[in-house]
Amino acid sequence: MMATADQIAAEEFSRIVTSHRPQIFRFLLASTRDVDLAETLTQECFLKAHRNWGSFRGESSAMTWLMRIAINLQKDHWRNRRMQFWRHTRNNAVDLDEASDWLPSGERSAEQGLLAKEQVGRVWKAVEKLSERQRTVFLLRYVEERELGEIAASTGLSEGTVKAHLSRALGKVRAELGGKQ
Amino acid sequence: MSLDERLGKSEGEARVGNAALEPELKEALQNFRLSVQSWSDAAYSRPRPVMEVHGRRIWRLAAGWALGCALLAGAVSEGVHVRHVRQEQARVAYLAEQEKHRLALEEQAREEEELLAKVDSDVSREVPSAMEPLAQMMAEDDSQ
Repeated sequence: MMATADQIAAEEFSRIVTSHRPQIFRFLLASTRDVDLAETLTQECFLKAHRNWGSFRGESSAMTWLMRIAINLQKDHWRNRRMQFWRHTRNNAVDLDEASDWLPSGERSAEQGLLAKEQVGRVWKAVEKLSERQRTVFLLRYVEERELGEIAASTGLSEGTVKAHLSRALGKVRAELGGKQ
Repeated sequence: MSLDERLGKSEGEARVGNAALEPELKEALQNFRLSVQSWSDAAYSRPRPVMEVHGRRIWRLAAGWALGCALLAGAVSEGVHVRHVRQEQARVAYLAEQEKHRLALEEQAREEEELLAKVDSDVSREVPSAMEPLAQMMAEDDSQ
């Protein structure tokens, strides 16, 4: 029996959800430090993607397209939250210490583990101080390991601007690691 | 002494390629990435209290919707009220205009009626000159 075009599209979309959902969730989790919020935004991202799946022309990769949706949702969320001043801000976000607790159980000594935790904590501290754009670009580059071109396509910035944001973000991380204020 | 100073570089010269990063920074970024991945994997595959979270989200959503609806209803009813007041004012003005017009017509009709009555009365009292000799004869007959 021949599958209809709708069935094929649905299956293709389902494959994309399965393969990209963990990455989108990870990016949103790192951006918000809030598991519930990251889950909600991830769900919204795929709902939006599903609604607009027909208009996806494949000019960029599906991941770049999804990341762009996720970035916009995140921006909208913070913009709305700024307006909703009566709501608690970051009420579900974990603090930096808790976020730094997560390290893969590799072959590390206790001392190395402590050092790594401290490093991660400092990077989180620097990330918290970054502007929204700097943080997005930084996380896409150093957590998601995206190429500069992909970051530019996802954020709608030029590659030059992406480089400038990355350079500033790295400067702040460097300063935090070096103990500068 | 900062890492930059130790490596003899300024912040402005920060490089963005992984290969070009200083070892300490590179290591920190790698640990950071592994940490985020580890946290994300754990959070992604955790057993989720679906109902609780879902219920809370629904409650928030419902509260948001209720507030939104109340604000919208307020805005709409304010608009409707203003429109209603304007319509009422226009209706009253129209009725007043109509009443004024009606009174003017009545006044005109009354004046015309009075004029006609006056004319009728004048005409009925006046004896036409052509009939005057006959009237005199009738008066003489009566006296005889």
